[in-house]
Amino acid sequence: MQRVLSCFMSRDMKKADKIRKGDIRSATRLIRDIEDNVPGAKSTMKHLFPFTGKARVLGLTGAPGAGKSTLIDALISRYRAGEKTIGALLVDPTSPFTGGAILGDRIRLQRHAEDPDVFIRSLATRGALGGLSKAAGDAIHVLDAMGKDIVFVETVGTGQQEVEVMNHVHTVLVVLVPGMGDDVQALKAGILEIADIFVINKADRDGTGKLYTEISNMLDMVQAFPGGWRPPIVNVGSVFQPALFREHVEQLSQAIDGHYEHLVKNDLLGDRIRRQTLVELNEALRSCILAPILEKLVKEGEIERMVDKLLKKESDPYTCAEEIANKYLR
Amino acid sequence: MYFTKKVLDESALLRKKWEDEVRKAVAEWPDQKERWSTVSDLEIKRLYGPEDISDIDFARDIGYPGQFPFLRGNQVTGYRGRFWTFRMFAGMGTAADTNRRWHMLLEQGTTGLSTAFDYPTLMGYDSDNPRARGECGRCGVAIDTLEDFLQLVKDIPLDRITTSMTINPPASVLWALYCAAAELQGVPLTEIGGTIQNDMLKEFIAQKTFMCPPEPSVKLISDTVEFGARYVPRWNTISISGYHIREAGSTAVQELAFTLRDGVEYVEDVVRRKGLDVDSFASRLSFFFNSHIDFFEEICKMRAARRMWATIMRDRFKAKDPRSCWMRFHTQTAGCSLTAQQPYNNVVRTAIEALAAVLGGTQSLHTNSLDEVWCLPTENSVEIALRTQQIIAEETGVGSTIDPLAGSYFVEALTNEMEEKAWEYIEKIDAMGGMTAAIERGYPQMEIADAAFKFQKQLEAGDRVMVGVNKYLTGEEEKIPILEIDERVEQEQIARLNKVRRTRNGRAVKKSLEELRQACRKGDNVMPFCIEAVKNMATVQEVCNVYRDVYGEYADPAIF
Amino acid sequence: MAERKLRIMVAKPGLDGHDRGARILARHFRDSGFEVIYTGCHQTPEQIAASAIQEDVDVVGLSCLSGAHRYLFPKVVELLKEKGADDITVIGGGIIPEQDFQMLYDAGIKAIFTPGSTLEAIARWVRENVTQGS
Repeated sequence: MQRVLSCFMSRDMKKADKIRKGDIRSATRLIRDIEDNVPGAKSTMKHLFPFTGKARVLGLTGAPGAGKSTLIDALISRYRAGEKTIGALLVDPTSPFTGGAILGDRIRLQRHAEDPDVFIRSLATRGALGGLSKAAGDAIHVLDAMGKDIVFVETVGTGQQEVEVMNHVHTVLVVLVPGMGDDVQALKAGILEIADIFVINKADRDGTGKLYTEISNMLDMVQAFPGGWRPPIVNVGSVFQPALFREHVEQLSQAIDGHYEHLVKNDLLGDRIRRQTLVELNEALRSCILAPILEKLVKEGEIERMVDKLLKKESDPYTCAEEIANKYLR
Repeated sequence: MYFTKKVLDESALLRKKWEDEVRKAVAEWPDQKERWSTVSDLEIKRLYGPEDISDIDFARDIGYPGQFPFLRGNQVTGYRGRFWTFRMFAGMGTAADTNRRWHMLLEQGTTGLSTAFDYPTLMGYDSDNPRARGECGRCGVAIDTLEDFLQLVKDIPLDRITTSMTINPPASVLWALYCAAAELQGVPLTEIGGTIQNDMLKEFIAQKTFMCPPEPSVKLISDTVEFGARYVPRWNTISISGYHIREAGSTAVQELAFTLRDGVEYVEDVVRRKGLDVDSFASRLSFFFNSHIDFFEEICKMRAARRMWATIMRDRFKAKDPRSCWMRFHTQTAGCSLTAQQPYNNVVRTAIEALAAVLGGTQSLHTNSLDEVWCLPTENSVEIALRTQQIIAEETGVGSTIDPLAGSYFVEALTNEMEEKAWEYIEKIDAMGGMTAAIERGYPQMEIADAAFKFQKQLEAGDRVMVGVNKYLTGEEEKIPILEIDERVEQEQIARLNKVRRTRNGRAVKKSLEELRQACRKGDNVMPFCIEAVKNMATVQEVCNVYRDVYGEYADPAIF
Repeated sequence: MAERKLRIMVAKPGLDGHDRGARILARHFRDSGFEVIYTGCHQTPEQIAASAIQEDVDVVGLSCLSGAHRYLFPKVVELLKEKGADDITVIGGGIIPEQDFQMLYDAGIKAIFTPGSTLEAIARWVRENVTQGS
């Protein structure tokens, strides 16, 4: 029966079907096709889209060396003990000079490498134009459609596009470390605004109390929290003190679960998902409308000609943009 | 001032004349390259003269052998009383195989033993652990239990021969085995002598043989230092090692700085944690350096190291006993300087490196064998390596006088420059809160990775030459005999281990491991419990698993 | 437009921690425009094979200096095959005596690089012999 049915399936449907059954090779290849902008990828995504929306998506962001991967490692163990299936997307920066990247985050997760219910995939930030956010958003859908109960997304919280990725998750953990120059003032405002939970990692170090107070004071100044959720601050001690660390991770996972319950109880999950869907639509519009036009303009040398005109003050950016819009978007 | 004003004035005049001549000569015959630097990329001048060392204060900076700052050596008699120890690193296959190699070395005139363990032993795994597959007996000897250890030291008089053991995370366990073996030979602990490497900081920095996190690792080391200071006075409980830092691609200055800063970290921990007086244990700290191919840089590094350590012990730790200020060190020629191509050239490299170590005043030396790029050395190649040392000692005459290069403009200037640059690193690490904190930040790892990458790029660009690798290539590869480790070693070893497990008193093992666990939890010194456990035939892995359980496991953070 | 990036994994199977070469190579691969997944020291063949599949790499580069390559390298190939991923190219490097070459080739290792191989030679081999996302 299955075989007969599969005769009627398109290649993309078959791919989507394999992914839904949990096939890792198909899933990881689809993620790669999305990253590489392979045309067929969109079509497979279309078939997967109806089966998404079940996974809980947790995002971790923070400076390099803040210990995000180590926290994910511990949280995976915690959720695996509850027999949840796991996906993890780890994002590392692409070198702007060579286009290459060293993706080293999974080192800290290698003890889960052989667990068939844990799928870990590294992504490079690649190029411009919200590409990362779109690829990560789609990759989350892939893991979701595979049936993963919990999906982790890790990014370095330094660039705009890394922050944008956090639009795709349900719970955002901002990971800070005392004494690493992570003064709250120095942090990008964008990150603080998206935080659902603050984690002070390596909280055995000097300066933990100071950092805690700073975040706390900052939160005190907020008039009203969106959805009434005041982000808790969770201290996590050194990973090298195993017993205490485990206890702290347990507290952290309770905070994570607490946030999710809050979203569900107050009917906010819908808002989150709506926000996320809006971002995705934006990205899809950009990818389907703006990107092809831009590509054409670059190829035909039109961009360069426009820049020349602007430099000579023969035109202005708005006029140029309107001309393009009239030409392509009538 | 090191020179009179008259000398400096004269020198300035003559130097100017010489510089004019150089300018003319170079205009006609340009130098082969613009910048000349050591293998560590430290820039070297065309000529050194009195003005380069005019700020030396003789009594403060140079002095005499056996006197502070020990620049010229610890021993007042130099090598005349006895040469450095010819200590050849050896170990392969089973304990019986290694014991045979040791007896051969002793017959040929080696004066100290040095043990290479296989990877499972180095990492604290038993030979039948799945992670040990394919590794057993390959890079050294496999040791699982006291039974293996007794076989290893069979007919070796432990009261007369000193043995060095290159072992780090399970150092306390292997030392416990040695103590237990001595007891069974009827030799009291006060009479055994030797060294355990037992330097975990450099593992985190460079060699990556790790088990527990940095903090408890240092605690275990302090346990051994304390136990040694109290009960095993002839034992060197740490060999603070720059060797592996250098092999990982560091510069000579980085090797010098990181090694000494590691030493500071250990001393601080023993003083703070154990409350021991620095003079009660400092003389049992030993060091281990690399001797690389850049001749003068190595000699200057070793001279600077002695002066710096003496200064650290006197000024930073207020040591009173001059012996606490002694930097006693073993040296090994640089494995990473050897080439797989044209392997016989390695004999020449090793000889030059060994000569540098002797001129640098080493107390103990291992010379690499020509085939060590490929495999564990064959008996024949080990013999050549040992003979290299014996030729230096007996034929060249370099040991006749102490520190013969002292006073050389170049040597003293380079010694000073390397010392200055090393102090800068040490200050930086101090500012980070010490070596453990610096390691957590990845600072030394990153510095070394950068140096290694730079060297490789220079090599590939042809800015650096390795004969037979990127210059003077021959079409054909020379074939050399390769020592093969029989793959039956693994099965034999596992069978022995299983037999021990079957025949030992399981209850006693369990009880002693439980007592060790309690000691770890309470922060007591683990050594007595460790000795008890191995006497009951607990395996290396079983003891290490207690450490792993209580202290946690460290995983490679891979810093680029 | 579609631009396939080459994905390569640099892995150290076994217990030796001599990662100087592996890390230098990882940097060079990055500078050659590849996406490099580095899994750190002390990996089992099982961890390496599983990771290679999850990461959809084109190439796995194994580095071993302990002499255990005779067991470890073929084991990685075998595990990839078991999981239907024998399209992933496996290459190896480290201290590997010539007499072991044939045995490793027979086991499915596609290329072997020994001390003295230049970084560029290795990157060139990868560029010339591996198709991205094939």
